[in-house]
Amino acid sequence: MYTTDLRTAREKASDEAKAAKKKVVDDPALLKAFQARIDNDEVIEAKDLMPEAYRATLTRQISQHAHSEIVGMLPEGNWIGRAPTLRRKLILLAKVQDEAGHGLYLYSAAETLGTSRAEMVDQLLYGSAKYSTIFNYPTINWADIGAIGWLVDGAAITNQIPLQRCSYGPYARAMVRVCKEESFHQRQGYELITVMARGSAEQQAMAQDALDRWWWPSLMMFGPHDSDSIHGHQSAKWKIKRFSNDELRQRFIDATVSQAEAIGLRIPDPELKWNEKTEHYDIGPIDWEEFWAVVKGFGPCNRERLEARRRAHEEGAWVREAAAAYARKQSERQAAE
Amino acid sequence: MNDSMNTDWELFEVFLRAKNGLNHKHVGSVHAADTTMAIGVARDLYTRRNEGESIWVIASKDITASDPDNSDALFEPAKDKIYRHPTFYEITKEVKNM
Amino acid sequence: MAKAENNKYSKTIQSAVAEYALRLGDNSLILGQRLGEWTGHSAAVEIDMALSNMALDLIGQAQHFLGLAGEMEGKHRDADALAFTRDAHEFRNFWLVEQANGDFARTIARQFLFSTWQKPMLGELANSTNETLAAVAEKAVKEVSYHQSYARDWMLRLGGGTEESHHRLQRALDDLWGYTGEMFAGNGVDDMLVAEGISVDPAALESGWTIEVDAVLAEAGLTKPAVERMTSGGLKGHHSEHLGHLLAEMQFLQRAYPGLEW
Repeated sequence: MYTTDLRTAREKASDEAKAAKKKVVDDPALLKAFQARIDNDEVIEAKDLMPEAYRATLTRQISQHAHSEIVGMLPEGNWIGRAPTLRRKLILLAKVQDEAGHGLYLYSAAETLGTSRAEMVDQLLYGSAKYSTIFNYPTINWADIGAIGWLVDGAAITNQIPLQRCSYGPYARAMVRVCKEESFHQRQGYELITVMARGSAEQQAMAQDALDRWWWPSLMMFGPHDSDSIHGHQSAKWKIKRFSNDELRQRFIDATVSQAEAIGLRIPDPELKWNEKTEHYDIGPIDWEEFWAVVKGFGPCNRERLEARRRAHEEGAWVREAAAAYARKQSERQAAE
Repeated sequence: MNDSMNTDWELFEVFLRAKNGLNHKHVGSVHAADTTMAIGVARDLYTRRNEGESIWVIASKDITASDPDNSDALFEPAKDKIYRHPTFYEITKEVKNM
Repeated sequence: MAKAENNKYSKTIQSAVAEYALRLGDNSLILGQRLGEWTGHSAAVEIDMALSNMALDLIGQAQHFLGLAGEMEGKHRDADALAFTRDAHEFRNFWLVEQANGDFARTIARQFLFSTWQKPMLGELANSTNETLAAVAEKAVKEVSYHQSYARDWMLRLGGGTEESHHRLQRALDDLWGYTGEMFAGNGVDDMLVAEGISVDPAALESGWTIEVDAVLAEAGLTKPAVERMTSGGLKGHHSEHLGHLLAEMQFLQRAYPGLEW
């Protein structure tokens, strides 16, 4: 999973405004009862009463998460045909296939909130729905496949582990499945980049180049700093988000630095250093301007990614339609018999 | 854009038996154009890691769920029937196992 | 297993087994490579998953068959060396499997025509006197049974779905039909290995294949193409133009950076 809160400040403001209106619609006694259930660590299920803003927040977050899985197939899929050994080809195919599966689990979870998958997909392809910015970067050498598994999946897992205890049952259950299945994703990536980092001079250069390009975008996956994140508070109150963006990002950095050192790769941050006092790594400034540019559609591959998904959807319309038509005819035939 | 672009295949609920001897258990849902496809999608989606030996699918629209608003009426009355549980009864100390 | 078996064969038989295993491995590998191209791009995520599952099965088969081929030829080439460092003329797959994916109808037609051949072939091969071939076939036939029924179901859906799907599928069949003949042709390798009970006689597979294909075409309302002359050449390493491009992509890293660990 690749969740970050990707709305622009303007979108957030308008969502907040809508949410505020809904809150008036929602009966205050009901809201209080709902919050009491959350505070009591109860799990909310699909048919339970819930505030409209809770429903809207989850629908947005889960569908965004699902879109990220599906769009996330593309940068790695780019190398399936060129995987250098049969073993690597099998691993990569299985991994990208898992992402398809995770997308489907998540669309199902989101659908329980009352929005159809078709509507969500439409929002992605022709509307303003977002997916993780990380997938708007290109995979240009084979070590990128290692870097994605190691860093991107590593960051994703850091984000997802707490989501297994999210207050919304269908989302939490989907996360349990996803986390279980993803444990191999990060390991295969690290194994791949380790082989490269210990390989020929050319391979080492590819591995370092991949880390150089994927490090900062991976840190951006956790979303804006807590001080700039408007939405975090309400999500925390609803126990959708149990740790802040900065907490999770720090957790990821602390775990990853030694992994890079172990294989002789250099993290591309001259300001990175261990802080004795906090017992965490300090890092240099994150380029938020780049982050927001990618969110707004100006990343290196935004257009290509969406175009690929649109093409699959549009060129596949006749296939989906044929299957539906055939099923209709079959059931008419059965009814006639 | 025609209608089919924006219509999902039908929704099915999926039940898996992990191995013989266990119940089929609800694992999630799938979209499919027909039941054969639903079994196939469920197989590809929910048994990639050898999680099942038998699959049931049923169109979600054919499932009737109890209404959460009726939960109290449906389930509360069972909560105080403590005499249905063995721990309700006192057995003389001389009898060690029953 | 194969190593111990090597010794029981004459040099001639051994190299015939290598050649035969190469064919089996190449067919699975090339079709697996083609199916993998769909990942992320098909009509539905569900279809992506099914096609990558088949690709996984096929590439897994290729690993085993090419591994055996490498051992039997005795030139210190493992499955990867065979997959990634041979040129087109050394590949022994059918023209059918190297054909481009085209639209989904074409991919399904190709899959149906091939799996309907591969399934009974593997079923027979499971009785091979060569233990490795028998063991790999026994496992693979289960995988391919699923491929065959998946492709068959989609033949029916597309054939009987909409006018457009029917038209696309009929066109795909017409285009691919001419490549089906070589699945039932053999050469000296087959004569030798069939006599030893090692391989499956390709000619013997044709009638069963025809019955199944005819039945599905009839049910799907499709017209069986009439082709005057079949195209072939895979057994001799003569291929269509598609294979070279496929290999250029598949072998890129091993060719650009030879001899490394990955």
